[in-house]
Amino acid sequence: MWVFLLTEVLFFGGLFCAYAIYRAWHPEMFFNAHKALDWRMGGLNTIVLITSSVTMALSIRSFQLNRQKQGTWLLIVTLLCAAAFMVVKYFEYAHKFHVGQLPGKFYTFTGIEGTNPHIFFSIYFLMTGLHGIHVLVGMGVIFWLIMRARKGHFSPDYYTPVEVTGLYWHLVDMVWIFLFPLFYLIG
Amino acid sequence: MTEKYSHHHHILPLKIYLGIGGTLIFLTLITVAVAQVHLGPFNLVVALAIAVVKAVLVGLFFMHLKYDNKLFGVIFLSSLAFLGIFIIITLFDTLRRGDIYPEVGLPIKENAAMYDTMPKTTPHDSSGHEEVR
Repeated sequence: MWVFLLTEVLFFGGLFCAYAIYRAWHPEMFFNAHKALDWRMGGLNTIVLITSSVTMALSIRSFQLNRQKQGTWLLIVTLLCAAAFMVVKYFEYAHKFHVGQLPGKFYTFTGIEGTNPHIFFSIYFLMTGLHGIHVLVGMGVIFWLIMRARKGHFSPDYYTPVEVTGLYWHLVDMVWIFLFPLFYLIG
Repeated sequence: MTEKYSHHHHILPLKIYLGIGGTLIFLTLITVAVAQVHLGPFNLVVALAIAVVKAVLVGLFFMHLKYDNKLFGVIFLSSLAFLGIFIIITLFDTLRRGDIYPEVGLPIKENAAMYDTMPKTTPHDSSGHEEVR
């Protein structure tokens, strides 16, 4: 599992590298363009995702202690937090589609000063989009865990699927921990 | 490998998880507050420093790296080390491009679609093909 997480770090890493290059080339544009993002939405999502990481970790603890019902409920809360994250993300994306703050040649917004504002949105959509896909995949896996937990598959002797999913979920949280200040809080 | 070690349970007290969760949310509020103050380049430094602290807390406690076999931590850190090398060496290139040969960079800049302005050439422009012929 850790080797898979290593490949995930490098997968996102390429995009972090692209971010670094373009931010270094167009610092003012990044500053101007980041105002198009609502930090309250991003901050809310950060708190939602951290909460889901806590409930995920607590769920593993519950299975370790043989409290299966509690563990299942904590997984359900994790899933609901992930869904809330995607709902907030949907509203953010819908607004940007509406005003034309879109990647590359689809960019039609005119209110941002600086060189190449469309690049900011290309990187924004790629990075948050890839992260969003990871959240969706995580939701699918957590749903599967809930189904298995309801059938009583997990116990203190065997909870590896929950543990491994937890590792994945915490990595997704970690990526967002970096995405949030890098996109929403450019000072 | 995970199975092998999951038999030695590291069952942490509830307090640790809730405490770390609370700290993470607190640090999120701090990073939002600091971003409202203008510190120039230090805004980025502070924001990244807080993000690193948060990521370390998630790694050590939620991912149990503090208690698991050290090998997992080493694997994870090695990916971050290579990512650092990757980004830094790429920036050596992109930040210094054009310093030595500005005259070489100029035609590339002029012909690149979407460089300093929006596209000079439309995607279906045939000017590129004519040169090839």
